[in-house]
Amino acid sequence: MKTFQFQNRSIPFNEGDSVGAALLRAGIKSLRTSRINGEPRAMMCGIGQCFDCVVTIDGKPLQRACITPAREGANVGIDESSRS
Amino acid sequence: MAEKQLSNSADVIVIGAGIVGAMCAYFSIKAGLRTLVIDRSTVASGTTGAGEGNIMVSDKSPGPELELALISRDLWFEVGNDVGDSFELVAKGGIAIARHDPSSLFNFAQSQRDAGVDCRVINRSELYEREPFINRTIEHAVYYPQDGQCQPMLAAANILRHARTAGAQLIPHSDVVRIEQMRSSTGSLLKVKTTTGDFVAPHVINASGTWAGEIAERAGSSLPIMPRKGFILVTAPLPPKIFHKVYDSDYVDNVASSDADLQTSTVVEGTKSGTILIGASRQRVGYNKNMDVSVIKKLAKQATSLYPFLSETQLLRVYNGFRPYSPDHLPVIGEDFNVPGLYHCAGHEGAGIGLSAASGKLIAQLITGSAPLVDPKPFSPHRFQMSLAK
Repeated sequence: MKTFQFQNRSIPFNEGDSVGAALLRAGIKSLRTSRINGEPRAMMCGIGQCFDCVVTIDGKPLQRACITPAREGANVGIDESSRS
Repeated sequence: MAEKQLSNSADVIVIGAGIVGAMCAYFSIKAGLRTLVIDRSTVASGTTGAGEGNIMVSDKSPGPELELALISRDLWFEVGNDVGDSFELVAKGGIAIARHDPSSLFNFAQSQRDAGVDCRVINRSELYEREPFINRTIEHAVYYPQDGQCQPMLAAANILRHARTAGAQLIPHSDVVRIEQMRSSTGSLLKVKTTTGDFVAPHVINASGTWAGEIAERAGSSLPIMPRKGFILVTAPLPPKIFHKVYDSDYVDNVASSDADLQTSTVVEGTKSGTILIGASRQRVGYNKNMDVSVIKKLAKQATSLYPFLSETQLLRVYNGFRPYSPDHLPVIGEDFNVPGLYHCAGHEGAGIGLSAASGKLIAQLITGSAPLVDPKPFSPHRFQMSLAK
């Protein structure tokens, strides 16, 4: 099975899966914490509207996990781009 | 706990639970009036929920509106202290810039200073110190420390919550069908017939914003308020990079224009939640809510020319809404010419958040007969209604 990396874990995915779907299947719900109160944030709308599920992909911030297709060997990380 | 008894009579019925209605309710309760607020939808569901939360004095020419704005700006901070910091109220200051010839900007600022506005021309080094990320080709700027901002939906909700704690009632999802004049042994009353029942009070405040003309008609009068559409672009949350409300001084001309066609000018600012808001467009196209990519493109292009880093920033969303436009650009505050007891507090166009505090207080003063905070005459609805008198 193809995999990508998330915080030193190999996350398996099927061709056509979104990053968010593969993470959810691997039991990873919270993808980051909120900017002001540090509360956990996860996929909420699942259709690219709410931006709660943003992650970094190969260093690029603000990628919506829910609508971004998973790619072999990609490095997915926590998005800290909104923090001061 | 005792069930709160819903009353269908009051001293004042406020129509509209936007920021203007919320302030009317807040100051009516403070004046000791039993207050009932109705809205055809929910709190801040109209123009209040579609704006930026401007509390500005910098974009106003000397005259009655500026006088009201200066008082209102100070009142906002009093209300903020009273209600508690719950709606991101901040005196961030405004900066108006001129890209080329600054003479009209500087002359405008001088006339405002003569009218009591705190403002001054700042040099390039102060501009870049205050706004390190601004386009360095911009050299001319005026700084307005009094300009402020709030989160308008939170403000309306929390000010109304405060009024309710003091005894005001709020009835959402209640649309006005008709307003009738009644005579009773204690004087004349107004009956507000709504989709959720009838409510009776000697005073009714029409704070329905863009829809104020329709409410006036349902009372048998009229008011020429029209919708003026605006778009706002919202970026992804970022660490703070824009520290003031920064706008191109051609914004002032666009606000004052009566043209129905599209006008855009650059207004950019950061919010406490990290997003950056980009405006401002104005067009009169009725209640057409459609997205218009050409307007969005134009606003984005203008904003990136002011702040180059924005070209690398992702937009989260775009929304649009309708400002309550009054033909002479002055809000309508005062008693109806045809319907005694009906007070209008509407038509604030894009300045409704900022002007709401003084407008609400002025209405409460007019109702109770106490000394008004400004001369109410320029704001009277009579200016539009005299020629239509019945």
